[in-house]
Amino acid sequence: MSRKLCTVLLAGAASLVVATAVAQAAKPLVIGITTELGTIPGKAIANGATLAADQINASGGVDGRQIKLIIEDDHLSTTDAIRSFQRMVKQDHAVAVVGTFVSEVALALEPWAARLHEPYMITGAAANELSEYVHADYKARQYIFHAYLPAADLARAVCDASKQTLVDQFHMTTAVVMSEDAAWTKPLDAGYDKCLPTAGLKVLDNIRFAPNTTDFTPIYQKIEALHPNVIIDGWAHVGVQPTVQWAEQKVPIAMAGINAQAGSSVFWKATNGATEGVITGNTSAPGVAITPKTLPFTDAYQKKFGISPAYSAYSTYDAIYALKDAIERAKSTKPLPVVDQLAKTDMVGTQGQIAFEGPSDKFTHALKYGPKYVTGVAVQWQKGEQKCIWPLNLANAKPAFPSFVKLPAKS
Amino acid sequence: MLALQILIDGFAISTLYALGALGFTLIFGVSGVLNLAHGGLLVVAAMIAWYVGTSLGYGADWGALAGLGAAIGAALLTYGGVVRPIERSRAIPPRERELFVLTATLLWGVMIQEALAYAFTDSPVTVQPLIGGTIGILGVRTPINELLIAIIAWAVMGCLWLLVNRTKIGKRLLAASINPRALTLLGFELGTIYLTVWLIYGVLAGIAGVLLGSFLGTGSDYIPDLTGSAFTIVVLGGLGSVSGTLMAAYVVGYIETLTAYLISPSLRDVPALFLLIIVLYVRPQGLLGRR
Repeated sequence: MSRKLCTVLLAGAASLVVATAVAQAAKPLVIGITTELGTIPGKAIANGATLAADQINASGGVDGRQIKLIIEDDHLSTTDAIRSFQRMVKQDHAVAVVGTFVSEVALALEPWAARLHEPYMITGAAANELSEYVHADYKARQYIFHAYLPAADLARAVCDASKQTLVDQFHMTTAVVMSEDAAWTKPLDAGYDKCLPTAGLKVLDNIRFAPNTTDFTPIYQKIEALHPNVIIDGWAHVGVQPTVQWAEQKVPIAMAGINAQAGSSVFWKATNGATEGVITGNTSAPGVAITPKTLPFTDAYQKKFGISPAYSAYSTYDAIYALKDAIERAKSTKPLPVVDQLAKTDMVGTQGQIAFEGPSDKFTHALKYGPKYVTGVAVQWQKGEQKCIWPLNLANAKPAFPSFVKLPAKS
Repeated sequence: MLALQILIDGFAISTLYALGALGFTLIFGVSGVLNLAHGGLLVVAAMIAWYVGTSLGYGADWGALAGLGAAIGAALLTYGGVVRPIERSRAIPPRERELFVLTATLLWGVMIQEALAYAFTDSPVTVQPLIGGTIGILGVRTPINELLIAIIAWAVMGCLWLLVNRTKIGKRLLAASINPRALTLLGFELGTIYLTVWLIYGVLAGIAGVLLGSFLGTGSDYIPDLTGSAFTIVVLGGLGSVSGTLMAAYVVGYIETLTAYLISPSLRDVPALFLLIIVLYVRPQGLLGRR
C-alpha cells in the first residue's frame, strides 16, 4: 500500500470517529414525563417540564445536547404508568423519568425505577411512603427522588402557618380535621394530629370521607355540632363540591389546610366565587417572589400556557433544572453518576432553595423542608384573587373571612 | 333537630335523584331504549350551563337556558345519530337490536365523557345557583337553592304527569309504551312519537343536569356515577314505571341520608345497593314494575 493511500485511509477513519462523536453529542437527551393530562396538576407537570426544556434548549441545551421530552398520559392507572415507564427506559433510552402527582401511581413505579436503575423524580405526589421507601434500602433504591414535600412536611407547613395566622392573629383554639380517604392523607392526618395541638389548635375530631362523596351536608352538620373555630382540610381529589357547599350552606367555621384544587387560578370560576375566604397551602402565590426565579417562571408560564402554574408545575420545572445541573456536573448520563450529583443538589429553585434529604433521614431524597429551603406558602382567596398570608415576610394581605364565619370573641 | 335535618336534606337529595332518573325511565317505558349515555346528557347540560353562565359570564339564567338547549340537542343527536340508525338497520337481527342499542349508548356515553374531558378538562365545576343565600326552616339552615330545586323538580314532574294523563300527545306516548304495534295499525306514525318522547327527554335531562350541577357540581368524571345512580333507582322502582321511579328515588335518597348522618358519610352508597339486591331477589320486576 502506498503511503498516500495510507494517509487517505487514516484521515477517513479519523473523520469518521469525529463525525460519530459529534453525532453522539448532538443526539437529543431524552427525558420521560409520566402524568395524567386531563387534570389540572397533571397537565401542570407536562407544562412545567415543557417550559424548562424549551428554556434549556434555547440556551444551548445540556452540555450541548438538546432535551427531548417524551410525555405520556398514564390515565391515573398504575398499569398504564408502569408500561409507559418501561417503554421510556428500554425503547426511548430516557436518562430519567419525571412526574405523577398521584401517590398510588408513584408507589407502583418506584420498584421499577430501582430494578431498571433509572433515575426517577416524583414531582407532585406527597405520601410519606415515597421517600421512606428509598430510606428502607438506599443502595437499591437510590435512583428515586421525591422532588416535592412529603405529607408530613405539608402538615408541618399547615401547622406553622396556622400558628402564625389563625392562632396568633385570630385567637383560634380548636379545629376539626376533614380529609379525603387517600394514600397521601393518612400521613397528612397523622402529621396534623401531632402538630396542630403544638401550634395551639386542639383537634376535636378527625373525619375522613370517601373521595366520591357528593353531598357534604351531613359532614358539615357533624362538624358544626362540635363548634370548632376552623376546619383543617386535606383535599386534592375533591375540592369544588365541599367548598361550594360550605359557602352555600354558610357553615360558620373558617376553612384552612390543604385544598389543592383551590391552589389553581381557575378555582374561583369553578366554584362561582364560593371559595372566598378559603385558605390553602400552596407552592407559591401570584406576584410573590419566594426566590429571584419564582416570578420569571410564573410570568413565562402564564405567557406560554395562558394560565397560572399549579403546584406541580413548580416542582417539575425545578426538577428538570436540577437534573440538567446534575448531568453537567457528572459529565455523564449514566444512572449512578447522575444520581450521585442529584443527591448533592443545592440550587435556587422557583419554590425555594432546592436540596434533597440524605440517606440517614427518614425521608431520604425528599425535598428539604424549612425556612432556609422550601416551606410553600398559605394563600387565601380574597375577592377573586389568591393573596399570600404566610410566611409573614412574604405576605401581601392579612387573613379575612366571609361574614358567615364566626370568629372567636377575642379577635 | 337531627331528625328535621335528615328530613330536609333527604328530601332535597331524593328529589334530585327522582328528577335525574325520570327521563331515563320515560325513554325506556315508551321506546324500550335503555340509554346508558344518560349521565352524559346530564353533564353536557351542566357543563354548558357553567360555561355560558360563569366562564363566559352571561349569568345563571342564560347559563341554565343554554344548558337546557344543549341537552335537547344532545338528546336528539343521541336518537338521530345513535339509536335510530340501529333500529332501522337491516344488518342487525330484530331480536338483537336492544343489545346493540345498549352497547351503542354505552359507547356514546364514553365518547361524550372523553369529549367533555378534552374540551373542559375533567376538573369539576359548579353551575351557578339561580338564587343564593340560606333561610332557616324551624332552626335548620337551608340553602334557598335547595328549596328552589325541590320546587322546580316537583313542578316539572307535575307537568309531566299532566302531559301523560291529560293530553292527546300523552295518550299516544302511553299507548306506544303499552302496545306500539296497535298504535301503528291505528295509523299513527311511531317515528314522530319517538321523536316527541326524545324531545321531552332532552328537556327533562337538561333541567335535571343544570339543577344537579348547581347542587352537587359537575364534571366529565361524574358521568358513569350519574348513569349508575339513575339505573339503580329505575331498576329498583321498576323499569319504565314513572311512579315506581319516584318511590325508589325517595327510598334511596332517605336511606343514603340516614346512613350518612347516623353511621358514616363514607358508607352512604352501601345500604341502597343491598336493598337493590334484595329487591332483585324477591321482586325482580322492581317495586312498581310491570315487565
